[in-house]
Amino acid sequence: MAKETYTSIKSYQFKETPKSVRIAFQVLKYVFLVVCCLVVLIPLVIVLLGSLKTGTEYLQSNVFALPEVPQFSNYITAFTKGHVLLGLGNTFLIEIISCFGTIITGTMTAFVLQRFSMLYTKIVKTIFLIVALLPSISMQVTVFQIVNAMGLHDNYLAPILMYIGTDIVSIQIFMQFLDNISVSLDESAFLEGCSYPGVYWRIILPMLRPAIATVLVIKFVGIYNDFYTANLYIPHHETVSTALYNFIGPYGAQWEVIFAGIVICIVPTLIIFLSLQKSIYSNLVSGSVKE
Amino acid sequence: MSANAKQKRTLGEWLRGYTGQKYLTTFFFLLIPIVLLLIFTLIPAVNMFLFSFQKRDQLGVNPEWIGLNNYITLFTQSEYLSTFKNCLYYLLGSFVQQALALLIATTLCSKLKLANVFKGILFFPYMMNGVAVSIIFRKFFTKGDGIISSEGTLNSILSIFGIPGISWLNDPNLVNWCLVFASIWKYIGFDIIMYIGAIQSISPDIYEAADLDGANGWQRFWYIVFPGIRPIVALQLVLAIKGAASVFDIPYIITGGANGTSTFVIKTIDTAFTYEKVGLGSAMGIVLLLIILIITGVQNLLFKERK
Repeated sequence: MAKETYTSIKSYQFKETPKSVRIAFQVLKYVFLVVCCLVVLIPLVIVLLGSLKTGTEYLQSNVFALPEVPQFSNYITAFTKGHVLLGLGNTFLIEIISCFGTIITGTMTAFVLQRFSMLYTKIVKTIFLIVALLPSISMQVTVFQIVNAMGLHDNYLAPILMYIGTDIVSIQIFMQFLDNISVSLDESAFLEGCSYPGVYWRIILPMLRPAIATVLVIKFVGIYNDFYTANLYIPHHETVSTALYNFIGPYGAQWEVIFAGIVICIVPTLIIFLSLQKSIYSNLVSGSVKE
Repeated sequence: MSANAKQKRTLGEWLRGYTGQKYLTTFFFLLIPIVLLLIFTLIPAVNMFLFSFQKRDQLGVNPEWIGLNNYITLFTQSEYLSTFKNCLYYLLGSFVQQALALLIATTLCSKLKLANVFKGILFFPYMMNGVAVSIIFRKFFTKGDGIISSEGTLNSILSIFGIPGISWLNDPNLVNWCLVFASIWKYIGFDIIMYIGAIQSISPDIYEAADLDGANGWQRFWYIVFPGIRPIVALQLVLAIKGAASVFDIPYIITGGANGTSTFVIKTIDTAFTYEKVGLGSAMGIVLLLIILIITGVQNLLFKERK
């Protein structure tokens, strides 16, 4: 539907504008977009070029100069001494458990809240709506003491439980999706002897697959890019973000190594983006409108 | 006979029935989320409210009730008030960001080759790691980190045009604008995608009708596209205000809040963790929450009127 609209807008043409004006306008559009794209790309290209230079070459050459001989030693330094490899490992460990946990608890919560209408579920639903408004970073002022009291400081469980437990947006996406799955389906399964957990497991969960994909993308990118949770709660277990952040200190003068670290950190994001481009556009938008 | 049997159902039978199962499922399915909600959100929120009337440190030894003093400090001392002012830079920046995003989205929706490539390039920074973006912009703006000619990227570009280098991040008049620029660079892609979605949902029939009436490009935008996407524009502006009130990561990593760049949230975190004034930090958290609640209230009012 959206695609049809798009093509018909594209094929639309002005009737009364003279051709020369039209061409000038068209050229202007491309110039505008190319300038915008250059603004985005130049800082990134500098990083890539810098990461391939040796230390002295980087200091002495212009930022735009191509490396004489592309060097990969910076990448090795970043991977090993800069703990980027370790950071990637830790991040993926947290990612896997948190994403799995979010999907299981999120779908279960959404199933109960959307399907059963009783006082208890209504209260919980309202609380979730209000809680979604709380500013998450400011909340850390008091969350920190609770995590400490639980003895979870510097423990992977702290960020994992937080990622699972404070994700209201995912629950909202699941509930929205459940609105469009007919109730008669689970009722007929129930009448045929399927229990409610069975209905959830055999009918709801498989039908929620597109919503799960949406949540996975948002969640994965969100955790991968999250800096503050890891910085505050697991200061001695570096994630990608904190490893990069900690780079600034000891490698403050070695920008070429820092740049290599940045490139390594961006590559997974780039792969995800290029392979899921279309669904990312629609998923990120649908995820945020619910806020 | 059967009615009698129904009344004398055992507990086990009731649990297997419709209602019983419903309650049991609800209880067990919501157990973990509710426990996590209590630990990580509800209890901290209540604590935050209580602590905001106290003088206390990180360990919470001998907290002292001091009434509204924390709030008075917050609204009278320039150290804290100035962080509100810094948020205004981001608010202004986000208006520019919305206008630019709308312009780009409109351009991308017109007859154009490579529209998807442009869209992809402009969107990608939104997905990038915030720390990476911040470090990139530190280098983009910093002057003379190197010994001989390793200028910041921006100064190197300016030197091509013969403009002498400027120390962007050291100049208190420029530094906040630099941070705003970095923030627009990272977040504009999201707005572009939102606006493209809104523009594409306008029915093509309306364009054809306007075409028959001989509307020009500007008229098309002002009388068809803009009214069609007005709800999204309004929503985006509300999100922009909320975003400006809670700016954190880019200034925190690029300047650490130094040189007059501290935002309200950075100040909150510094107050609570660096200076260990948990009471004051909590009061700041409550103030931010109130600001967000007010904006959300206004947003709900506006959108209800539209409907």
